[in-house]
Amino acid sequence: MIRISLAVAAVSAVALLGACGERPQVLEYKQGTYQGKPDTPAYKNAPWDGDKTAWEKTLAQRNQNQNEYKRTR
Amino acid sequence: MARMKFLCDAERCIECNGCVTACKQEHEIPWGVNRRRVVTINDGVPGERSISVACMHCSDAPCMAVCPVDCFYKTEEGIVLHDKDLCIGCGYCFYACPFGAPQFPQAGAFGVRGKMDKCTFCAGGPEKDMSDAEFKKYGRNRLAEGKLPACAEMCSTKALLAGDGDVLADIYRERVVTRGKGGEVWGWATAYGRPDAPRSGVAPPAGAAPQPGAAPQPGGKT
Repeated sequence: MIRISLAVAAVSAVALLGACGERPQVLEYKQGTYQGKPDTPAYKNAPWDGDKTAWEKTLAQRNQNQNEYKRTR
Repeated sequence: MARMKFLCDAERCIECNGCVTACKQEHEIPWGVNRRRVVTINDGVPGERSISVACMHCSDAPCMAVCPVDCFYKTEEGIVLHDKDLCIGCGYCFYACPFGAPQFPQAGAFGVRGKMDKCTFCAGGPEKDMSDAEFKKYGRNRLAEGKLPACAEMCSTKALLAGDGDVLADIYRERVVTRGKGGEVWGWATAYGRPDAPRSGVAPPAGAAPQPGAAPQPGGKT
């Protein structure tokens, strides 16, 4: 009887914890069934020449230009 | 990885149409095509709000799902683009889009639809970056130049924000906290009501005043 109770408790615990799982919210972007021409990423051009980190940094700095609190404080 | 998004702060938009003008000027868009529009709700009455609308570059884009020739693709940054060489101008994407983003230039006297045109988040299309062919088909590729979309960068009140979704959320959150209001204008409370609002299906008592901050009434001028 104790074994059955323990087994039920274990299964219940696993089921309860299963609901706490978190799936990634960010979609993985795939080309899917796209039939057209391939497009080169924006950071492949000069002056970044494939340096994605530098390109993203440039855009991130530019993004902050939209935040006037950063400029006025 | 950045997820490029637009965010329009309805508390700040003054319906100047500067974003529309900037977009048309930047990409030399022909008459009859508006990649971006400003929509006003409750025009001329208290509670009037305006919001700038274009392609929202959906994470699960319905235009991509319905396209019969699969001319849509998504960049690493989550920008929804399409290949005009494949597009047949059928208009399915227009029917599927909840924002009315796809535009169709009229290619004849009888309104024959041309190939679909829409906001590219200033990221061009599947042609050589910053080439003449890309500019003629899709407009300027500002992202390849290290710039953000012209509409947002030109916005005089900075109502329209563009860029990495996480950064935009931070900027908007700081604004709402600083001014102490405005977060309720567009969002969960507008769409689904508040805990103190009457539940749907339960009629308010006769003569009851409308709830402050309640959703705009249907029939508002757009």
